[in-house]
Amino acid sequence: MAGKERVAVIGCGQTRHEATRGDVSVAGLVREAAMRALEDARMTWADIDAVVIGKAPDFFEGLMMPELYLAEALGAVGKPILRVHTAGSVGGSTAIVASSLIESRVHQRVLTVAFEKQSESEAMWALSLPVPFSPKLVAGAGGYFAPHIRSYMRRSGAPDDTGILVALKDRQNACRNPYAHLHQPEITFESIRDSIMLWDPIRYDETCPSSDGAFAMVLTDEAGGDTADNPAWIHGTAMRSEATIAAGRDYVNPQAGRDCAADVYRQAGITDPRSQIDTAEVYVPFSWYEPMWLENLGFADEGDGWKLTEAGATAIDGDIPWNCSGGVLSTNPIGASGMIRFGEAALQVRGLAGDHQVDGARTALGHAYGGGAQFFAMWVVGADKP
Amino acid sequence: MMRDVAVVSTAQTPHARRVEDRNEVEMLMPVLEAVKGAIGVTQEDLDFTCSGSTDYLAGQGFSFVTILDGVGPYPPIVESHVEMDGAWALYEAWVKIQTGAADTALVYGYGKSSPGDLPRVLSRQLDPYYTAPLWPDSVGLAALQGRALLDSGKATEAEFAAVASRSRASAQANPNATISLDTTAEQILAEPYLVSPLRKDDCAPISDGAAAVILAADDRARELTDSPAWIRGIDHRIDVHGLGQRDLTDSPSTRLAAEKAGVADAPVDMAELHACFSPQELILREALGLGDDVDINPSGGPLSANTVMAAGLVRVIEAADRVASGDAGRAVAHATSGPCLQQNLVCVIEGDD
Repeated sequence: MAGKERVAVIGCGQTRHEATRGDVSVAGLVREAAMRALEDARMTWADIDAVVIGKAPDFFEGLMMPELYLAEALGAVGKPILRVHTAGSVGGSTAIVASSLIESRVHQRVLTVAFEKQSESEAMWALSLPVPFSPKLVAGAGGYFAPHIRSYMRRSGAPDDTGILVALKDRQNACRNPYAHLHQPEITFESIRDSIMLWDPIRYDETCPSSDGAFAMVLTDEAGGDTADNPAWIHGTAMRSEATIAAGRDYVNPQAGRDCAADVYRQAGITDPRSQIDTAEVYVPFSWYEPMWLENLGFADEGDGWKLTEAGATAIDGDIPWNCSGGVLSTNPIGASGMIRFGEAALQVRGLAGDHQVDGARTALGHAYGGGAQFFAMWVVGADKP
Repeated sequence: MMRDVAVVSTAQTPHARRVEDRNEVEMLMPVLEAVKGAIGVTQEDLDFTCSGSTDYLAGQGFSFVTILDGVGPYPPIVESHVEMDGAWALYEAWVKIQTGAADTALVYGYGKSSPGDLPRVLSRQLDPYYTAPLWPDSVGLAALQGRALLDSGKATEAEFAAVASRSRASAQANPNATISLDTTAEQILAEPYLVSPLRKDDCAPISDGAAAVILAADDRARELTDSPAWIRGIDHRIDVHGLGQRDLTDSPSTRLAAEKAGVADAPVDMAELHACFSPQELILREALGLGDDVDINPSGGPLSANTVMAAGLVRVIEAADRVASGDAGRAVAHATSGPCLQQNLVCVIEGDD
């Protein structure tokens, strides 16, 4: 074997993300993203060898294994279609599985799509993970993560308002992104601070919305990337999982996240992420996860993540802009959220991020996590061929 | 230029009609211990882990999440999950090994169908706007397929009964089977219809269970076992979803996957087919091009043990075990998903030359 085949992202497409996309069926939603990705890649359905689809729990739409019903809508008839589900990281891991089909030289051109149509149900109850031998909290993901955030605040000594700063930045960034779910130009530090406290210390405005949306990408082999106008080359991919509950597990700074970052950085030749990565799209569904992941991903020393946020380093004009698209805090069709991170990273290095483009971005990180902060998926993409 | 990948260890639970005294983790853990213990490896020796399951059997979103705790993912592992039968988890693992990023992989699939009404649960796979609201259950749809096969003149009810009789008789040698019976085709034909033209014996039982496989590449496979069962070809394809848009008496996706996997490149000794209803075996045999000389479902097949989400992976296990033991030189394993054989995976397994 002559090593892995190089893989490039040459097409990206997404839907307008909204609380309720009542104008489209589930098939219509995924097709909207997929057709835009094909158009961007200057391809038709016939050019695609295989489809990899991801989404979070099937109960969200009340549709068991929806890839079966979506076979025609995704042009998959007569082709292989794989359905990935790795909890909240699924959008990222779906893209990685698609990439592996090309890296392995099994296929040359793969369409990958991730979606969620959360308006079909009430996602919060499905996100109330039961803790064994305990009464069910039924408090949603926020209820699960709030204690971990409080633990982070205690360990790091971060001031109370770091989360508000993150939310303000991401919601303001979303105003530059026409596809984002939340457009709140009127939002201020004070309005976030005064929003209702849902799960102390997480306020309403520091929480991701519940969205309908889809994101799709066309990945190709090296030859396909060479002939594309503005490919994003994949420099590394990594996934890690750890237990939900285990003695000694660090819920604030999970080892699986650190290991995953170390793996993807090694592949991409990154030794100093803050200086070598130009922009990152990182899964931050609750504002405080920005400083927590800044540390977990090695952009800051342990305990110092909040200082980067406070200093404006992660703003779109900072030295390491995070979530210029508005991030998960502004758009969250759960199953798609990871792929949106991966895809927005690709758009940045392709120079196609529009009003939220980071000038001169040539290397970008896409990140997703899921479950009880135990599933991680990451890729590094670059404008230059690895 | 593909890497040679082999099944080097397999394990499965008995497929029980109802497992009430163990949850999914407890059901799975002995299988994971067995599949690793048989070749003396631990989780840390395995480069990749991939599983298949569905929340619709567990009745809970993210059901696979806590199951992973049973694997013992510490230190953190490279891991993925498909909301598909474990056979597709095996495919993802095979692809991962082909990238060179892994030399070994643990694959598992599991399911407990007993707490729910499986035929009605499976109706949730159907088009949510036009078909699922009618709640057509999986037995009714398979009966439609059986009727179409009879109407086409391609098969008779006696042939359905022969499949059922042979499968249940073969299962007598399978300690993991849910059902094994010594029933003649004539006796089955004398039964009343369950859903015409299917009789109860034409239908798979409902089973709870789990299954696991370890894959290894090239020299690593030879280090781990003296009898690797090599995956010589593997491919999967999907057909149109709408039942009115396809010929239910044929399985073009199986035919295409078989072609890509190279089924016809050499004679086949045996095949394990994921046919949950006896007419489906006839459709699959034709699509796979398997002649009368091929031993079909010597384990008794899904008509004797049908753990949903593992039954496809069990087909690979049953085929690989027979290749490893030398009972078969070249075997075909098939897995399916969706209503009336919509999606199909074909895997060709061979022993050392």
